[in-house]
Formats: sequence, C-alpha cells, structure tokens
Amino acid sequence: MPVAAKSPKAVAQPSRLSNHDRLQLYYFMRMTREVDNAILRLYRQSKIVGGAYTSYGNEATAVGSAYALQENDYLLPMHRDLGAHLVKGQTLRNVFLQQLGRVNSLTRGRDGTGHYADPAKKIYGNVSHLAAMIPFAVGVALAATLRKEKAVVMNYIGDGGCNVGDFHEGLNMAAVMKLPLVLIIENNQFAYSTPNTRQFAAQKLSDRGLGYGIPGVTVDGTDVIRVYETCRTAVDRARRGEGPTLIETISMRMHGHSASDDASYVPKGMIEEWKKKDPLEKFERVLVNDRVLTDSVKKELESKINSGIEDAVAFAEESPYPRGEEAAEGVFAP
Amino acid sequence: MATMTYIEALSRGMWEEMEQDKSVFLLGEDIGPYGGAFKATKGFLDHFGSERVIDATLSEAAIIGAATGAAVVGMRPIAEMQFADFVTCGFNQLVVNSAKTHYRWNLPVPMVVRLPTGGYIHGGPYHSTNPEAWFFHVPGLKIVAPSTPYDAKGLMKAAVRDNNPVLYLEYKYLYRRIKGEVPEDDYVLEIGKGEVKRNGSDAVVFTYGSTVHFSLEAAEQLSREDGAEVMVVDLRSLMPLDKELILASVRPTGKVLIVHEDNITGGIGAEIAALISEHAFQSLDAPIKRIGAIDTPVPFAPPLEEFCLPNKDKIVSGLRELCSY
Repeated sequence: MPVAAKSPKAVAQPSRLSNHDRLQLYYFMRMTREVDNAILRLYRQSKIVGGAYTSYGNEATAVGSAYALQENDYLLPMHRDLGAHLVKGQTLRNVFLQQLGRVNSLTRGRDGTGHYADPAKKIYGNVSHLAAMIPFAVGVALAATLRKEKAVVMNYIGDGGCNVGDFHEGLNMAAVMKLPLVLIIENNQFAYSTPNTRQFAAQKLSDRGLGYGIPGVTVDGTDVIRVYETCRTAVDRARRGEGPTLIETISMRMHGHSASDDASYVPKGMIEEWKKKDPLEKFERVLVNDRVLTDSVKKELESKINSGIEDAVAFAEESPYPRGEEAAEGVFAP
Repeated sequence: MATMTYIEALSRGMWEEMEQDKSVFLLGEDIGPYGGAFKATKGFLDHFGSERVIDATLSEAAIIGAATGAAVVGMRPIAEMQFADFVTCGFNQLVVNSAKTHYRWNLPVPMVVRLPTGGYIHGGPYHSTNPEAWFFHVPGLKIVAPSTPYDAKGLMKAAVRDNNPVLYLEYKYLYRRIKGEVPEDDYVLEIGKGEVKRNGSDAVVFTYGSTVHFSLEAAEQLSREDGAEVMVVDLRSLMPLDKELILASVRPTGKVLIVHEDNITGGIGAEIAALISEHAFQSLDAPIKRIGAIDTPVPFAPPLEEFCLPNKDKIVSGLRELCSY
C-alpha cells in the first residue's frame, strides 16, 4: 500500500555553513539588492528595454536555494531570482547586457532580463509562461538521469504560477519517475495584483506535495540559512535518487510586479510589517552580532559590488544593439 | 529491399536511429510493454530497455515539455502523441518552448513529435484531426507529412537527426493500407524537398499525406477517361515548404489544384495559393482551386465522414472543372 512521503522538518540539523559560506550568502544578497537598485536607476533614466522586474524581498530565497547547488547542477530560475543567477556564476556584465538588449548579450537581443540560457553555467532561464518551465525542467532532470550525471535540477514557480496545469503535469511526472528535481514555490503573497486568497484555498502550498507522493516543506523565505538548509536537504535527497521535493518559501514581494506597477492594491501597513523582516538587514544583523561581518569586511564587499556594477553598466551601455536585419536570422538551427 | 507497411517503415526508422545514437529515446503514453496504441513501438522496450522507451504519465504537456528540456541539454527525444488530436494539450509547450528556444538561446532543440493524424477511420471529432495548420503558422517548428513507406522511414530518420523540433505527421489511414519497397540501408530524406509523383502538362496537383494516394488515382482516371495528363506533386514537407518545386511545377501546367485532408479555411492550401499568385501569377491559365475537408469537425457516422473528407471522386470532378476552364 502506498504511504505518503514524510516531509522533513524545515531545519533538520545544525547548519552546515561555515563563516566563509555565510559571508558568501551575504555578498550575493547584497549584490542582488544593489543590482536591483541599479536596474531601477536605469529604468528611471529610460535606459532599460521593456519592463524592470526586481527581487526586493526575495533575496534570501534566491540566494539560499541556489547556494545548495553544485557546479554540475542545473538552475532554472524565475524573474525574482537574480540572486540565484549570481550564485550560479552569472557575471554582472551579462546581467546588464540582457537588461539593455545588446548584441553581445546571451540572447543577442532576442529576449531580455533572465530569459537567457548559459549552458556553460548550467543556467536555463524562464519564459513568461512561468509554469511552462516545470515540464521543461523535468526533461532536463530526465536527461541528467539518463546520462547518469548525478546532477540535480532546481526550478522555481510562484504562488500564481503554481495554479497552471503544467505545475501538476510536471511535478507528477517527476514524482513518478523519481527524477532529481527540486521545485521551489516562491510564495510572495501576490500574483501581480491578485492576493493569495484569490489564488488558492489551501493553507500551505507545500501540502500539494502529498498529492504527488513527495515531501513538501514550507520555510521562511526571508531567512537565508533556513532556505539553504531546506534546499540542501532536498538537493541531497534528489542526488541520492530519491526523487523530487516541493519547497514553499514565504516572503513578500516588496515592490510592484514590475517597475510600472505602484502596488497600490497592497493593504496599508503590509509592506511596513514585512520591512521588519527584510532578508538582507536581518541577516546582516546576525553576521554583525557574530562578528563575521566587520566594518572593514562590509566596506570591502560593498566596494567590490559597486565597482562591479559600475563596470557592468558602463560596458552594457557602450555595447551596440543588434542590427535590425539580424531579427530574420536563426529561427531554425542548422 | 524489403516490402513494408507504412507503420513498419516509420517504426524501422526510429529503430535504426536508436541503434546508432544513444541520445535518442522515446517518451509517450502506452509505448512500453503495450507497444503503443498502433503498435509502432512494439518490441522496442525489450530491445532498448525502459530507460530509452519510457511510458509517460497521461500528460501531453509534460511529455512535450520534458522532450523539449531534454533536447535542449543534448538528448534527441521522440515524443509520441497517441493521436494527433491530443497535441492540443501540449500546444503551449510546442509554441512557447520548443519553437522559440533556438531563436532566443541559439541552442539546438533536436526533438520529434509523432502525430498519428487524420480521418477515414470513423474516429469521430476527437480521433481524426489534421493538426498541421495550427503549427504551420508558428516560426520554429518543422512539419513533415510522409505518404509512402519509403518516405516514412527516410523522413523519420531525417526528423530524428534534425536539430529542430519536427512534427511528424503519420497518417493512420495509411498505416496498414499502404505497402512499399523500403531499402534496408541508411538513407535519409531531405526535409523541405517535395517530389513529383506523376508527370503531366494539363494541370498540377499539390498534395501531401493521405490525399497523395487519392490524387494519384484521380490522375490515372483522368488519363484513362479524358486523355488529360495531370502532374501530381507530393510536398512531403510542409515546413519548410518546397517553394521552388511548387513554382517550377506551375509554369509548365498553368492550372493548379491543391488537395489536403485538413479543412479548407486557413489551411496549408491557402498559403500555397498565395505563394503562387505572388510569384507565378502570369503562368496561371485558371483560378487556383482547393479541395479539402469541409469546415466542420470530422464527423463520426460513415456517410457524414465521407461527405466531409476529400476522396478520389471529388478530386476527379475538381480536375475536370479545372481542365475544362
């Protein structure tokens, strides 16, 4: 008789992270925040092509989750997961080239933002139909399994996107085939303007794991250490061949869906409440308290981040757009 | 040379490609121990094992999405839709992921989606669909439509080796009705090339798939009874379309009939007619004529289905009208 898979507790054991690791996590979260700030500055200067989608509030989730991956693992992130791109090794130059639609960007200007693939880093970005990437991720996990790569695939979806049929079809297939997939639902309270109460009636989205016979875990998405530990447990499990895990991270989308959205539909006081749990500030307090993040270390990291961003923005702005006629090329592969 | 049915030939094509390329694998419903609803993969599981012949969950979106993901990271999946009708459930994956990935990411997407296509089998509205026009409009998808066992094997091998998503239309009506000589060697047809099946200078028929056979029979009848010689061109590939062959065949004949099993409005025939009127208008001696299914779902009861779909007699009358213009 089939028995429902047991869901592990969010934190099953003491942290596996050294102080070096913790500083790395801080560095990538800080970098995410500063890149977002730079993107908004460029947006206000009308330099961003199209919309601007930021990660404010999601830094701990994106960084903590991707930090659980190894080099040979696959990352299939979403538009709030800039931090995951950075952890997986994406350069700031590539990030800004994508934002500005330049010819030397990873998509040669054919698509923007995180909608790129970088096979050398094993990053395969999202499409706008976010849930459509879940079956795609299942295929990547299947390929990795057939080739005996011992690699894990990490894919993300939102509290809105997880209501699309692809979520069910993909996760069910992955569960049946016991594929090495970790699917993270970033529950940030709003799908564009629609609150969770209008998206699902379940208490916890991670409870859906039960329906697929896989573990489902809910974790505080503003706590980078908890996110990491939960994801690491799931990644290890997947690598052992024990199948997928569904993880729900709880956080708040601190800005509108895109920069053109003033988020006036968010109830009064909600942003202020969540600001107290700002993932970056919260983690910074811990690291300062533990004397891991000293003033000099902080200054050093900030200057590294800021000069990296300055270089990347300048490089992207100096890079040319593709020529118009390049639009006609490359519909088919040779 | 061996004599094979159409379905044996396409199955043979898959088998040979799996033998020589470890990255080729099959994903579909009931394709394992059961060998597929039409037995196209009978014996594959025993020979290639369950890692390469994968019985999928009943999830067309997951099958096509997973095939796409696997292809993008270097595998060569062949996904089976049990009937072409059910590809609607995977439509989003095909047009959003499979079709646009190479353009955006410059990465090959070497995958085949097998589509058991069409009517004449009393399958009714949900087992008789001709899906080509839905996908013909989408940049990034190739479409092949073999009409003979020789082409079925040669185009299957071409589809598997192609670096793009290829929709492989296989006609259920032809599965066991059509037999032909199929070489045992490793031949591959070029996707995008049609073939002149019959020569003639009084008119030309452009067709593909099941209606190639009705068109050839109709041409023979016209030759016998009217002394008119009609050229018949089997397009074999719909995307890319062999525009060169189409235009070259209009010039010496001057009268064009386009025949397809799919319904008329917005079908492939409309695009071919537009192509000819743009580039070979001066060669035309008569208005272009189209024959296809009427614009209804394919109905169930035999007299209804017969009324709906093209057949030899309808093509004969169409050709007579055209030749006497």
